[in-house]
Parts: sequence; structure tokens; C-alpha cells
Amino acid sequence: MTTREPVGEPGLEARRLVRDYRIRSGLRTSTLHAVADVSFTIRPGRTIALVGESGSGKSTVARILSRLETTTSGGVLLDGVAAPMRGAALERYRSRVQLVFQDPFASLNPFHTILHHIERPLRIHNPRMSASEVRSRAHELLERVQLTPSSRYADRRPHELSGGQRQRVAIARALAPGATYIVADEPVSMLDVSIRLGVLNLLAELQRSEGLGVLYITHDLATARHFSDEILVMYRGEIVERGDADTVILNPQHAYTRTLLDAAADPDRLGRLREEVRRSQ
Amino acid sequence: MTGQPVLTARDVSIEYQVEPPVKAVQEVSLTLHRGEILGLAGESGCGKTTLAYGLNRLLKAPALQTSGEIVFHDRGGADIDVVGLSGESLRRYRWDKVSMVFQGSMNSLNPVMSVRAQLDDVFRTHRPGMGRAERVRRSAELLGLVGVDPSRLTAFPHELSGGMRQRVMIAMALALDPQVMIMDEPTTALDVVVQRGIIREIMRLRERLGFAVIFITHDLPLLIEISDRIAVMLEGRIVELGDAERIYRRPEHDYTKRLLASFPSLRGDRGGFVRRREEQEGASA
Amino acid sequence: MADPRLPAPPAEPLPTSAVATERIARASRVRTLLPSMSGKLLTGLVIVGVIVLFGLVAPAFVQDPRDSGNPALLPPGPDHLLGTTKLGYDVFAQLAWGTQGSLFVGLVAGVVSLLLAVVFGVLAGYFGGVLDEILTLLTNIMLVIPGLPLVMVIAAYVQHTEGLGPLARSSFLVALVLGITGWAGSAVVLRATARSLRTRDYVAASRVAGERPLRIIFVEILPNLVPLLAAQLIFGVIFAVLGEAGLSYLGLGPTGSITLGTMLNDAQTGQAVGSGAWWWFVPPGAVIALLGAGLSLINFAIDEIVNPKLRLAPQAARRQRKARRAGRGIADDGAFA
Repeated sequence: MTTREPVGEPGLEARRLVRDYRIRSGLRTSTLHAVADVSFTIRPGRTIALVGESGSGKSTVARILSRLETTTSGGVLLDGVAAPMRGAALERYRSRVQLVFQDPFASLNPFHTILHHIERPLRIHNPRMSASEVRSRAHELLERVQLTPSSRYADRRPHELSGGQRQRVAIARALAPGATYIVADEPVSMLDVSIRLGVLNLLAELQRSEGLGVLYITHDLATARHFSDEILVMYRGEIVERGDADTVILNPQHAYTRTLLDAAADPDRLGRLREEVRRSQ
Repeated sequence: MTGQPVLTARDVSIEYQVEPPVKAVQEVSLTLHRGEILGLAGESGCGKTTLAYGLNRLLKAPALQTSGEIVFHDRGGADIDVVGLSGESLRRYRWDKVSMVFQGSMNSLNPVMSVRAQLDDVFRTHRPGMGRAERVRRSAELLGLVGVDPSRLTAFPHELSGGMRQRVMIAMALALDPQVMIMDEPTTALDVVVQRGIIREIMRLRERLGFAVIFITHDLPLLIEISDRIAVMLEGRIVELGDAERIYRRPEHDYTKRLLASFPSLRGDRGGFVRRREEQEGASA
Repeated sequence: MADPRLPAPPAEPLPTSAVATERIARASRVRTLLPSMSGKLLTGLVIVGVIVLFGLVAPAFVQDPRDSGNPALLPPGPDHLLGTTKLGYDVFAQLAWGTQGSLFVGLVAGVVSLLLAVVFGVLAGYFGGVLDEILTLLTNIMLVIPGLPLVMVIAAYVQHTEGLGPLARSSFLVALVLGITGWAGSAVVLRATARSLRTRDYVAASRVAGERPLRIIFVEILPNLVPLLAAQLIFGVIFAVLGEAGLSYLGLGPTGSITLGTMLNDAQTGQAVGSGAWWWFVPPGAVIALLGAGLSLINFAIDEIVNPKLRLAPQAARRQRKARRAGRGIADDGAFA
């Protein structure tokens, strides 16, 4: 990537991402390949699920895409242009690519109001916008994530909201700069089960109506299948299987994907585990 | 081996004595049969963990059992009034008769003691008559039971992975051959593949040793797969109790239905979850 | 699919409710900043409040503290509430001015050391890397140099610097010296906290939103440090008041002004103990002790707010006892032994 490429086809591309960590233990240093040669492209209006266990490197990919982490080699391209790590260009990149964190209890500042969390990115990325305009846009965003009426939530603090409501605020914050690509790092794994689908459905609905490109990072195969067009299975820093969502789940090719699928709870296999155990005794 | 009750709870209420008081568990009645797996499903704050603590008399201030009775039916036929236990008899009840594995158990191993020393401790405290060689033999056997190589006896907790530590905790819970094991989200903090291995281990051990399990989790699909019966808890009450298959195929309570609908099917249809653009457009057209 | 936890919309028309929520929110914002009242906090506030009020108001009503026209070494009496000194100064007047002087030194030194601690601690902790190395090195150097001797050397040096004029022996200069030497401990605490806050998700989220580093420090991180900063400020004030007393006792204090320390120094050089003139040294000593105790109580109260477990544990135990006495609990030995 020495030559500057022309503006290409719209898309957020991870090209041959590599991220190594040096681990020092005593005098020995070893290298951990957190991410090893990962490539994919998120297209507008499409959702890619990145599936893997903890330690597979999927969160590192999220942090690289949101420019919180540098790469050892390889890079991120937005519409064919290399994504910067600093300066005004980074600010422009961030107005297009945003991250939704896993834990809504940690990703909102306990000191600030909900309104502050939405207004700040609006102000940063629209310096000419008047204060009243920023405020009304912020309220609009809260309504868009179904926190209605917005006036009920705007002046509250994070601890006064439930987990699901907080994650909606986090989604509104990600939308505020006008992002067209959303990286969602396990966005519902910290939420109570009965509200998970609500938040995912909201993300799906926004994705459709805004034509967003979404990277959905998860360890849950069932939601990955129903929420995304394509699934990438990540294992020890590498993508071991990729393909159409239904195909990967219903007709897995790689052994690790099969292990993962086998481990997922499936009520339709009611009693089968017990049979297996009985037979093996 | 199933059929007779081993633990009966009647009208148990537990309150947190804070301002204002919180009724965490309200008039819960449960019967656990010998050798069965009873699933206790519910979301955070529904009182499932508080109930589990109550059954093992582990409630700490400000939690307080305000009413109800809990009776343990011992192997020999004697009935033990759990609520009335105190001091030495309470100590003998816990761990010996009913043992517990928590979600964070794996982090409650003593970091400066080897696995063997910690297992040894259990025997020395609860089985004072046991000889040294016997204790070592039994410790190794326990590790083998839960699928950890007995050569890891000399390992310290930090040398073991999270899954292995949780297996060691299960070994410790099994040490005194309990008749009931209460497992509160024993695998939630672990990765799915590891989780599966441990669940399989628990099922295997239960077949072999015949203890009954109260398995607490929010993961209803998992419960349906492994339990005999399932109790669904909401706001401190058991709103539905029945055979796992019945709960899955014909849920009665609205909350059970909603909880079931929260888990999109892995291999089947979409359930309450719609995304695909094509389908959406197809539906609206 | 609506979030089932979403509260029902309010019944009243929107505009009024918006105003109301805003008002409630503002009140709650103030409340979250205020520590909840506890016995310790109340006692501490009353003690410190009375002393501060005394230092602010009393000097306006007392006679000139340097009026040597009174009889010397009078014991407390109706004319001179706390008696007089060897030079005939009214002790009560001296105490009023001395309290004011000591509070001034404490506040200035406390603020100066807090600012330095924030610069050295928070910047080092947040940015890390080379900046952290340099700032931490400086902090550690300050930490290992014995405090009082350093203060003595600096104080002696600046007091003999030509061209400072009356400033050379003013309480302001002593306060500056105390502030400049007293920040290292706080800086270590703040650095550790800032390091842990830096890795919080909400800080990362601010970076992703596009916030600048300094804004992240001052708007996102520092407000969450307010209780800690308050504790450090109070600690700094205590340190400065006591430090000033020590310096003055050794004769290095602000001879140009009256503080509790210079009073003690005067009493010592005037052999108050030997001549049995307890009214000369007991009042300034008592005010210093009370001020220290009051500020410490406030500090403990802040600790309890930062770490609610400290506060809740005794409360929970009390409730449990009460409930048991009322015969409500049916399991009498529930706690894990």
C-alpha cells in the first residue's frame, strides 16, 4: 500500500490485518498472534458476523477498525482509501466508522447525562451546528433508538437506565457523527436475555433504513445466523471459515465450526445429550 | 433411582432488609427428587441466586428468610429441618449433603495453595478420621472424575485455565459425596466449547453418582437440553414448573413464552427475529 | 419489538414534563456531587465550619493583636478572654488572626499541591509512555527527599533572597513552599487512578467519538475523580497547616504574619510552658488539633462515599440485628461462618 489508491468501490475493507503482541515473561519474550492475516469487506447495507470464542482475536479486529489499536501489518481501507491513525483525516474517518461497545454499563460515563453522550459527537463532527440544532438532533437520535419520549431520558444519568436502554444510547451515540459503518462488539452479550432481541432488532432496523454496513461480533451462532448476511468464523486469530450465513450454520465445512455448533445449546436436541452420556457409561 | 424427594422447600420467602425492603423470593415451593436435574430459569434480579443461597443456608445480611420451611430427606430416611440447623449440624449439612458451585467459583480457589492442598483441606475438615494416603488417593480420584489429569494435583490455580479451575471446583463440591448439588451459572463465564465439556461432565457424573442437581441459569435452551424439569422464575416467584419437554413444546405462562422467543433457533426458523432485506421486502410487498 | 423494561410514557403533556424532568435532573446532578450526610461528615463539617467562621469573622471584632499596651502574662479573664502574652498581646486576638493566617496557608498550599498533583499524576497516568516516565521520575524524587528538611532549606533560602521585600517572610510564600513540596503523594494516587480510568470503555468511547486528549482528561475523567480530588485537597490542607506550624515552631515561619504556628513559636521562645502560661499555647494547639480532626472526619466520610461497602456493612449488620430481635427471621444463624 505504498501508492495512494483512487477512491474505490464503497466499502470498509480490512486487508490482511495482522496484530502481534509481544509477551514478556522473565527474560523470554514470545509473540502472540492476536490477529493473523484477516481480510474482509463490509459493504453498505450488508451485515457480516464475526464469530469466535474469547481470545480468538475478534475484539482486536473491532479495535483496529475503530482505530483504537494499530496493526503490525496490513491495513484498513475506507472506500479504497487507507484509514489514518491521527489528525483531521482520522476525525473524518471516525465520522463514518463507529463502534458500539460490549458493556453498556462501562461504555457510558457515569458522571455525564445521556444528552451529553449524544451531543458531544454531534458537536465534534458538526462544528458549525448551533447549540439548539445540536440539541434537537440529539433528541431526534434518542427517538430513533426508541427512547421515547426523548425528554424523559435526555437529562438522566447512565445508572438510572436499564442495560437495554443504555445500549440504545450507545447505538445513538454511534449514529450521531453520521456513521455509515457500525462495528458492534458483542452488543447484547451483557444484556438480559429477554431484551437482547429488542436491541438486535433495533440495530437491524436501523441498518435497513440507513443502509448501514455492520460488523456484528459475537459468540452466539444463532443470532449471527439470523442477523447477518455472511458469517466469518474466527479461531486463534485466523478466519477458518466464511460464507453465506445459512450455509455456514447448516452446512459447516471446517472442524472448528462444527465444534462450535455442537457446543451451542439447541433445545431441539432435547434429551440427546443424556442419551449420549448414558450410552458412553 | 428417581422418585423420592431429596429436598423440599415450602412457601419460602426471602427478603433483603434494606430501605425499602426487597422481597427477593416470594412463597416458593419446590420439590427436588433424587437424581433429577431441576433447571431454574430466570433473568438477573429474579431471585434465583437468592433462592439457591437460601436452600443452602448461605444467606448473608441484609438477606433474611422470613418464612417457609426447607426439609432435606437424608439417604438413611431421616428428615433434616434445614431452617433450624445451626453451628456444627449446619456445617455438616453444607457440603456434606448439599454442595454448591457458583459462577465465579473458579476465582475463589486460594491462589497460594496447590490444588492438592485445597482438596486435602476439605477432607481434613470434614473427614477427620481419614488417613493421609487415603486423602491423596481420593483427591487424585476426584480430579480424574471431573476430567482433569491427576498429575495436575500439584498445580497452583494460576497454572490452570478457567475451565480447568471450574472443574476443580466441581471436584471439591463432589468431594464429600453430596446428595444434592446446586449449580449457579456454573459455566456462564466460560467459552461455549469449554462450557459444553463441563456440562457433559456434570451429566456423566450424575449418571454415575446419582446426585440431584439444581441447575440455575438464564440460558433456557441449555436447560431444556439437559434438565428433567424446569422452574421459571420471575420477580421472586416460580411462574411455571414442568417437564423440560412440556415447557419447550407447550409453554403456558406468557413470560416463559417470551423467554423462549428470546432465543432464535440455531437450525430452525427465525422465530421472533426478522432481518433479511429480501424477506422484509417480501413481507411488505 | 419494544424494550419490555421501558417505563410507560408520562401521562401529562410533554412540555411541562420536559421542564419538570430538567429541574429534577439538575437537582439530582447537584445531589450526586454532594456526599450523603453521615454522622462523621456532619461532625467534621461543624468543627471545620466553626473554625473557618471564627477565622473569617473574629478578626474584625478583636483588638489589634500586636497591641502591647496590655499587662503581660494575664491569665484568662473578663477583659482578655484568653489572657495575654509576655509582650502583652491579647491571646484571643492573636488566636483569631492566627486561625485566619493558618487557614490561608492551608488553603493556598492545598490548592497549589493539588494542581501540581493533577498535572504530574493525571497527565502521567493518562498519556503513559515517555511523558509518564519523566513525570513519574520527578514524582519519585520528590517522594524520597525527606519532606521537612527540604521545606526548611527552601524556606530558609527564599527568606534570605534579596529583592523579595516583605514577601520574603509572608505566609503566602510559606504556603507556596509547602505546596511545592507536598504534592508527590497525591500525584502517585492520582496517577494510579488515572491509569485505571484510561482503560475504561467510556474513555475509549470518547476517543472513538473524536474527543481530544485534554478534553477527555478534564471533561470525561476528572469529574469522576472529584471525591478523590476533594480527599487529596483536604489531605493537603491538613499537611500544610501542620507543616506551617512545624516550620514556625522552628523559627522558619512567616514572621510577617500571625499564624497558629507563629503563636506556638512565640510561646516557646517566651517560655510559656516554664512560666505556667497555659492559656498562651493551649488555644492555638487545640485549634490545630480540632482542625486536623474535623478535616480528617470529612476525609473519612468521602472515603465511605467512594467505597460504599465501608458505609453499608455496619448498616446491614444493624438491620439484621434489628430484624432478628423483632423475630422476623426464622433462620437464626444464616451468615457464613
